[in-house]
Parts: sequence; structure tokens; C-alpha cells
Amino acid sequence: MNKFIAEKGLVLPLDRANVDTDFIIPKQFLKSIKRTGFGVNLFDEHRYLDKGLPDTDNSQRPINPDFVLNQPRYKGAKVLLAKDNFGCGSSREHAPWALEDYGFRAILAPSYADIFFNNCFKNGLLPIVLDKAIISLLFTEVEANQGYQLEVDLEQQTILKPDGSKIEFSVDAFRKNCLLNGLDDIGLTLEESETIRSFEENWRNSAPWYFTTTSATTA
Amino acid sequence: MGSKTLYDKIWDTHLVSEREDGTALIYIDRHLIHEVTSPQAFEGLRLAGRKPWRADANFATPDHNIPTTTEERKLGLEGIKDPVSKIQVRTLDDNCAEFGIFELKMTDDRQGIVHVVGPEQGATLPGMAIVCGDSHTSTHGALGALAHGIGTSEVEHVLATQCLMQKKAKSMLVRVDGQLKPGCTAKDIVLAIIGKIGTAGGTGFTIEFGGEAIQALSVEGRMTVCNMAIEAGARAGLIAVDEKTLDYIKGRPFAPSGELWEQAAKSWRGLVSDADAIFDEVVVLKAEDIEPQVTWGTSPEMVAPITGNVPDPAQELDETKRGNIQQALEYMGLQGGTAIKDIKLDCIFIGSCTNSRIEDLRAAAGVVKGKKVASSVEVAMVVPGSGLVKRQAEAEGLDAIFIEAGLEWREPGCSMCLAMNADQLGEGKHCASTSNRNFEGRQGFGGRTHLVSPAMAAAAAIAGHFVDIRELN
Repeated sequence: MNKFIAEKGLVLPLDRANVDTDFIIPKQFLKSIKRTGFGVNLFDEHRYLDKGLPDTDNSQRPINPDFVLNQPRYKGAKVLLAKDNFGCGSSREHAPWALEDYGFRAILAPSYADIFFNNCFKNGLLPIVLDKAIISLLFTEVEANQGYQLEVDLEQQTILKPDGSKIEFSVDAFRKNCLLNGLDDIGLTLEESETIRSFEENWRNSAPWYFTTTSATTA
Repeated sequence: MGSKTLYDKIWDTHLVSEREDGTALIYIDRHLIHEVTSPQAFEGLRLAGRKPWRADANFATPDHNIPTTTEERKLGLEGIKDPVSKIQVRTLDDNCAEFGIFELKMTDDRQGIVHVVGPEQGATLPGMAIVCGDSHTSTHGALGALAHGIGTSEVEHVLATQCLMQKKAKSMLVRVDGQLKPGCTAKDIVLAIIGKIGTAGGTGFTIEFGGEAIQALSVEGRMTVCNMAIEAGARAGLIAVDEKTLDYIKGRPFAPSGELWEQAAKSWRGLVSDADAIFDEVVVLKAEDIEPQVTWGTSPEMVAPITGNVPDPAQELDETKRGNIQQALEYMGLQGGTAIKDIKLDCIFIGSCTNSRIEDLRAAAGVVKGKKVASSVEVAMVVPGSGLVKRQAEAEGLDAIFIEAGLEWREPGCSMCLAMNADQLGEGKHCASTSNRNFEGRQGFGGRTHLVSPAMAAAAAIAGHFVDIRELN
């Protein structure tokens, strides 16, 4: 997994509550069996004026000039500023894959849907929860100031604003450590293999009905 | 020992280890797999040279991509016209063969939507911890199992370690007191709950649904309720085990039998929250207040009773809410203040992991029997949740009722709930759908979804617009 230590970049404001994962990456792009290449179809239904299809040349498609992602001032944004309940709906990890593939490294929002929030951490993408009032102020500042950048420092758990002031944020200690060091969850869990095996053995003895193999499994 | 919620009980029996910050490893008894969220996980295993920790805990079936017309399905894999979809389904077959995982392939007559097939096969059992790379895994909580939707990285993690890394959620009890009025269903209960607490109301919680109206539901109705726990933001929904649960499970292929059944059933009867258990939050609804529900917007919380109207943004004082309503109405092509009954439908979809079980099909067939779909309705389809549901419906003659009325009778799959296959809602078209999400573009690019119960969808098919099912009875 990509490490996340500190990232500085342009901020893109997405002024919409309850952005669902269908909005982030529509279903037709979920047919891919790869993890990469979703960035060009991020926010597809709003970013382009036509209906997107997998394996087409996106550079030939008509873009929606009104959509924030297409505004030149936000080109190359690394920080996504969002509203309540970001990432709700489907569990598709293609959503954080698309955001990360496009170039986003951090998201700032008042709240997230649970599965999406969790998926971000597995992909080196840092979702930060901030107070509604702070988010609202950031929207005003970003929209008023072209070239507005923020520096997100995970080690310090701070966001540095252009005026030099800092916003503090909280993050789970375990997740922080994984992101800072680019640690692989599976590797970490397998370090506990013996604990898992002994748990499994006890569980098999106390609830053997979960371990039966029936004729159905050999059909 | 203090008193425990049902969630506490299942969590405690599955807790393998816990870190200081509360991050825990939870042992997973059953991992359900479909073709869309698993290929990258299997690829990850291969790249790292890992094997599944316990192959027999996995259960796979393709559902999202597969065609639902009988002609296409007869051809098996070759019947999938979209080459990208075909690769995805074939990849699932290949991965299951390579790693020794049980799969009900698309040609198997037991195949279906994974959340319908799991319980139907007895692969879902009370007290289990279940995961699947699909948010509607919450469905399985109806049988007293702790069931979570997970992402693809977690799918790989569960395959490799048999554990899920997670922090314990808070607990919420949603209690529905009293009795439902005739014509109102499990779908109306859950839409009313989401309307009350909002799509983020359950975020960070595991919701236990209880109360007289929930207890009175069939196990299938309970699945409809738990299925949509995720639409309220909760990763998992739970319902206490009772005799109905045990009756539902007994004799199913993956369920224990003989002496083991007796032991299991004894243990499962304890899967209820203790009477004095404390929940972090309690929400109470009165069943008698719940009317048939219809969503009018682009989020499941944008819902109104059939007797109501689409909200008028001008009446909304909160600026953010007003903006959300305006945005939704613009997408839906609706005027504020329109009566729900005046919304005209172009399409009817009866299916999905929310409402495609036999009881749902019976309810819909009961409404359309001897009638005809309105001429203004362009597409009306019934997509059973599994091959076994389809067979049962045909044995009862429901297929003939639907076909006679002018609805298409399809093969099992996710179909137009998310439109990954060819079943797509047209741009600007209004659909009465028994599915779970009315997001923009969910059922097809530019499509406009209204979520309803099977009976309400069937009644709308006949009238061409929404009608109050209670007025037909």
C-alpha cells in the first residue's frame, strides 16, 4: 500500500451531500478485473455529458464544463473537500480506487459512510472528519481563492492553511500507523496466525455446526 | 456478567484479538463471494502466494453481471453478450476452481442473487459472522447473524486470514411497536425507518430491529428490513432468533442435521438481546402509523406515504435541505407539491435482493392476477431472486399470472437493481422498483427510480401511476 505521510495540494470543493459510490464510479466500470485505471471515469455521469462505457477513449467524450472537476482552476487537485455522508451506498472499493487513481490523496468531510471510510485506508487515501463549521468555512475560502492549497500532515495530525493557521484532526492510532508505514493489513494479521488457529479450534469445539460440510458442497 | 445485546453476544463469541485502540480481529464463519468485488482479491492472493485460510467457509455465485433472458441463459457463459461481463463471470469460475471454493455457477438451477441464495441454501446460519463484498450483506442479519458488507481489500483479507479487522460499532435498537395495517409490508417499514432516521442515521451503528411488528414478519420480510439497514448507513442489521427463524433453516442443504441440529437450535434460541440490555440509541415507530411508502427523490430517505405529496422546496426552511430537494426534483423531473399518486411510470421492476423472494412474487402476482399492465408502461419485468424461487413460483403458477398480465418473466440475477447487465432503465424514464437504491443513474443512465413494495409496484404496473394498494383490497 502507498504510504501517506504528508501531502500538499490544490483543494477541489464538491458541494453536494450524500455523494454515493454510484456517483463516484458508475457500475459499468466495475466490470474490470483490475485495480487501476478508474481515474478517468471518476464522477463519470457528471464529468461527461454522454453515457460512459468501459474501454472507450474518454478523451473523445464531451465534457461537462459546469462540473467542478472540469474547471481549470482545480486541475491537479489532491484534496477533496466534501459534504455529509460522503461515499454512501455500495461497498465498491472501485470508489476509492477511482479517487486515488485520479490523484486525490485526502478527503475532508463532516461525515462518511462506514464501508467507504474503511476502504480508503486500505488504499493510501486519507479520509478526515472535520467539524461542519470548519468544512463550511473551507468551502467559502476555497471558492473565493483561486489556487487555494492545503497541506495535510498525518504524522502531526494537522492541516496547514494558506494563512499559516492549522486545523487539528483525529485518526485511529492503528490506521495512522498503517498509513505512515504503508503496512499491509494481511501481513499484520498473519503475524497473529497462532492466535487465530487456537481461536478457530476452540470455536470448532464449541460450535461445530458452523464447520460441517454437507453433500451440498460436493454437488 | 452484565446483560448483553444480541450484537454483543455475537461479537464476543467471534472476537479473536483486540488492539489497544479497539481495532479487533473478528473470526468469519461464512464468506459469500460474487463476480464483481472478488477478482482483484483473488489476484492479490496469487501475487502474494497465499491460499484461502479455510476454503470451505466460502460460498460463491455470480449474480451482478449475468443476463436474465431465458434465451441468453440457455447458452451459459456464451450467452453473456458483453465481453467484459463475460470475462468477470468466467474469472469467478476460474478462481473458485483454482482455490477449491464452492460455487453455484450461472448454469446451476440453484444460482441466484447471493443474498437470496445464502439463506436459501442454509449457508447463512444464526450466530454466524458473515461477510461479502457487497453492502447488502446486511440482509443475513434477519436470521440472527452478524453480517457486514466489505470492500475488496477486506475480501482478500478474509480469504487469507478468515478474519475481519474492525472496531466494534455502537448499538441501536429500532423498535416497531404494534401491528401493521393491511396492505403495508416489510418494505414500507424499512422505508419509513429510513425516512425517519435518514440515510446516515445508522452510520457507526449496528441496528437491531425489534418490536411486535418485526416479530410478526416472516423471515423473508425480515430479510427485506435488514437488507436496507445499509441504506440507513448501518453496516449490519440484526433480528433476534425465534421459532420462525429455526423453522426457516431446518432441513436446508448447508444447515446442520440430526443431533447437531438439536445442539445448534438450543444454542441459537439464546440469540436474543437480554431484556435489560442497554442500547446506545433507541428509535421507536408505531406500526399503525406506517402507510405504503414511495420514494420521490435520489436518496432512500427521500420518501413519502402514498397519500402524500412530493415536497415543495419553497416550504423547506433549512437551506441545505432545500438545495438537496431542488437537486433531486430536477433530476427526477418532478414538480414540488405533486401528489405521489400522480407520478406516472414507464417501467416496473420487481426483483433484487430486497424483494425477489417467493413471498414478494406472490404478493405482486396477487395484485396483477386477471388484469393487464397499462399500455403506457413500456417495460415491466419480474426477476426472481434465485433459480429455486423461480421454480417454486412456476409450480404455483405465478409465472403464468405475470405473463398473462403482460409482465416479463425472467431468469434470476441482480438485473435492473443496479443495471450492470443489459437490463437498464432508459434516460428520463420513471420506474417503480422493488429494489433498494434510488441514486442518480443507479438503474440506468438518467433513469428515475421510485422504491416501493412488490404489491405497490404491481399495482402501479396496472394503473400506470402510483395507487394506494389499500384501495384495491
